[in-house]
Amino acid sequence: MRTIHELTDAYRRGETTPSEATDAYLSRIAKLDDKVGAYLTVTADRAHAAARAADERYRRGRPLGPLDGAPITLKDVFCTRGVRTTCASKILESFVPPYDATVVDRLAKAGAVMLGKSNMDEFAMGSSTEHSALRVTRNPWDLTRVPGGSSGGPAAAVAAGLAAGGLGTDTGGSIRQPAAFCGVVGLKPTYGRVSRYGLVAFASSLDHPGPFGLDVTDTARLLGAIAGHDPMDATSIDAPVPDYTAGLEQGVRGLRLGVPDEYFTKGMDAEVEAAVRVAIDVLKGLGATLERVSLPATPHALATYYVIAPAEASSNLARYDGVKYGLRVPGRDLIDMESKTRAAGFGAEVKRRIMLGTYVLSAGYYDAYYGQAQKVRTLVRRDFDAAFARVDLIVAPTTPNVAFRHGEKADPIAMYLNDVFTIPADMSGVPGVSVPCGFTASGLPIGLQLIGRALDEATVLRAARAYERATDWHTRRPELA
Amino acid sequence: MTAGKWDVVIGLEVHAQLTTRTKMFCGCPTTFGAPPNTQTCPVCQGMPGTLPVVNRRAIEYGVRTALAFDCRVNHACRFARKHYYYPDMPKNFQISQYEEPLAEEGWLEIDRPDGHARRIGIQRLHLEEDVGKLVHEGTLETAQASLVDFNRAGVPLMETVSKPEIRSPEEAAAYLRAFRAVLVYLGVCDGNMEEGSLRCDANVSLKPAGAARLGTKVEIKNMNSFRNVQRALEFEVKRQAEALDRGERIVQETRLWDADRGYTRSMRSKEFAHDYRYFPEPDLVPLKLDAAWIDEIRRVLPELPRARRQRFVAAYGLPAYDAALLTQSRALAEYYEAAVRDFPQPKLVSNWVMSELLRELPGDDERAIEQATVTPSRLAGLLRLIDDGTISGKIAKTVFETMVRTGEEAAAIVRREGLTQVADAGALAAMVASAIAGNPKAVEDYRKGKTAAAKAFVGQVMKASGGKANPAMVSKLVEAELEKLTKT
Repeated sequence: MRTIHELTDAYRRGETTPSEATDAYLSRIAKLDDKVGAYLTVTADRAHAAARAADERYRRGRPLGPLDGAPITLKDVFCTRGVRTTCASKILESFVPPYDATVVDRLAKAGAVMLGKSNMDEFAMGSSTEHSALRVTRNPWDLTRVPGGSSGGPAAAVAAGLAAGGLGTDTGGSIRQPAAFCGVVGLKPTYGRVSRYGLVAFASSLDHPGPFGLDVTDTARLLGAIAGHDPMDATSIDAPVPDYTAGLEQGVRGLRLGVPDEYFTKGMDAEVEAAVRVAIDVLKGLGATLERVSLPATPHALATYYVIAPAEASSNLARYDGVKYGLRVPGRDLIDMESKTRAAGFGAEVKRRIMLGTYVLSAGYYDAYYGQAQKVRTLVRRDFDAAFARVDLIVAPTTPNVAFRHGEKADPIAMYLNDVFTIPADMSGVPGVSVPCGFTASGLPIGLQLIGRALDEATVLRAARAYERATDWHTRRPELA
Repeated sequence: MTAGKWDVVIGLEVHAQLTTRTKMFCGCPTTFGAPPNTQTCPVCQGMPGTLPVVNRRAIEYGVRTALAFDCRVNHACRFARKHYYYPDMPKNFQISQYEEPLAEEGWLEIDRPDGHARRIGIQRLHLEEDVGKLVHEGTLETAQASLVDFNRAGVPLMETVSKPEIRSPEEAAAYLRAFRAVLVYLGVCDGNMEEGSLRCDANVSLKPAGAARLGTKVEIKNMNSFRNVQRALEFEVKRQAEALDRGERIVQETRLWDADRGYTRSMRSKEFAHDYRYFPEPDLVPLKLDAAWIDEIRRVLPELPRARRQRFVAAYGLPAYDAALLTQSRALAEYYEAAVRDFPQPKLVSNWVMSELLRELPGDDERAIEQATVTPSRLAGLLRLIDDGTISGKIAKTVFETMVRTGEEAAAIVRREGLTQVADAGALAAMVASAIAGNPKAVEDYRKGKTAAAKAFVGQVMKASGGKANPAMVSKLVEAELEKLTKT
């Protein structure tokens, strides 16, 4: 199992070709994906064609860049022209977009080879990928456990060697949490750093597209390809994109790291806490200074998130009515058709959030819920502003626990609590990464989270890389026979 | 209805389609009448994952209109989502503006039937996207299927809400006419109500004469012409007055105007009113309008219809009627002023524009004026020929018709067709003498005091000359000749 930078180095040296690598991944998918269940759609023909074009470029000594020929997977939330895009929902099971998401287009232009579309919680609503209406995805480290979510498909695929890298989305932790559960690197960039055009919306003000990699270098390369202003997304930021790989090896000497009191809570997994505390000491040993910081709004962030995200979701998902595309269940009349379509097309968690969101936006409740939630969101942002006035990065666990068993968190609230350490960065829009920082005694991965200032992905990645270089967690791979 | 017992209170909401080349939130063209769904893209079809991007030109048009109505333009405003399910709306929400509209607190001056002007307050002006169109197979009640055309979906709409300060259906019609004229002058809307470029909803309520508190309001929809707005409001005022006279209470509801049957009927009551669940559009950042940009738009605002009409009266000495007619369209007013520059006799130009030009043109809009073969300078050329006596006014009308047909200069037609007036005193005297000699009876009549007989001689001479004789000279010669005869 090789990283993207190892693969492209090998292409360059002529030891292998994008086509050979792509074939290897496709046969591995054919062999192992029945067990893992990472993919919803495998696009072998397209992958072959893209790989052959990359072969040619390497043969002529003119690769497109650091991702040329990299076999990757996309969470099935990104629209792909001519390839069905389901959001793991029955309502979009047959939807074939006539356009590519901006990030899909940018990856293709960088020469990346799309192997297929990977599983997720339906419409990205969930933390285990169990809410996929189309497939069960298993954690490659323990097939009885979940890969996390909602980007469980790409995380599991990268961990299991079914793709060299991937793209997911993080709305409440949906990249960082599955990265932690699957023992890979996952980055949530700054809100607006990466275009959302063509990303099927869950909660518009919270949706962040971002990369998965086997290590920090791959993650930085993927970010470099997808970041940057997009005139099709009015919320995308028009700021230059630095070379994220350039300063990766500069270390953490002199960086001030904040350790937030609120991210070490009662009830969190003791093995997670211990591993994270050791990881923080490693960073200190590498020359970083540590400081206690407080993010006092953290306890309210989760509840606030479950007002804002469902509100936006109830609006974004209103378009799925059976009239234009996707599922249509016939009915007596228009309203009957729409009701039956939505009843059959959406799963229980999606319906729960649509109802929640519809309620909080209703006349008479708006101020008490949505209006209030926006105020709390401002407080969450101010927490980070205040902390980043004193420190360069915040270090914390990615999740309070490790991957749980399928069906273990049947209670929605128990599931929601999984995202308690990841939601605040989504609410404030600042970038965060999860890197592997150890394993439990039973062999399950643990994630260390690094959160940085807005648009300062470079420092986040640099610290993650420093930690990675000092440890070997990222080199461990699950055994899948 | 008991006149004087109730005060009528009307507020109008006008939706105007802006004449931007592209849609409000995507780059699709806005051309009217294209084959169904040919002017669409994933964005205006509301496909998953697509995002809106604001059309700067639409904002500019909104600001231009707001300034013309003397509104306060909000330097920071934002879009909001308005939710309701209807298959002509691709996303099942409309991107509109709610708490932070583009502009607020302006006014529009209208002319009342009694000739006095009155200011009607404008509460707010905001931008939004239009919806698509449903085509039912058969009638709405019996259709087995309906088709959706999204060509119109996403076309920029500007909604302007008046204050409830309109006091009668006639005033409402006057408001709409004045409103339309301003928009057409500004070039932001083509003002075509039948094609739906301008749509109007009304809120109507009655209160006891002189009372301060407003009565229960009823919303009227589906009035698609100026005439229908007035008819619908007249019906509704009467309906409410009769109900109140009977001691009934008015129900807050939305009623549809049925133009064929001439009445309004209930569509939905307040209990079934939509909860639109407005919230700020998260896909668009709040709009920050640069003060310098707004000033620039203000600087290039054209003269508005009302000001122009007043200027036409003051500067050209035109009657109010002429000024109103000539300024009803910006293109027509500009035509008139160009002609007057070339031929500075304002009333004569006005007469010719109103009676001859407008009869020949299909309308008074920009397109019609642009197509006019008789340009302002050609009209001036024609009028100069009358003025210097080359042709008579009567001949000029014939020449004008030829000009419309052939697009030639008046002088060329007059030359070619030999229409130049006969002003040679000797030739005319001979014709007069021959006419008088040929009709001794009329001469006798004249002698007996029937001076009208002189007119008959003038007519005869004009006829004999093929209309080319200079009528003033003929008339003078006839009088002189008859005078001579009577004295002998």
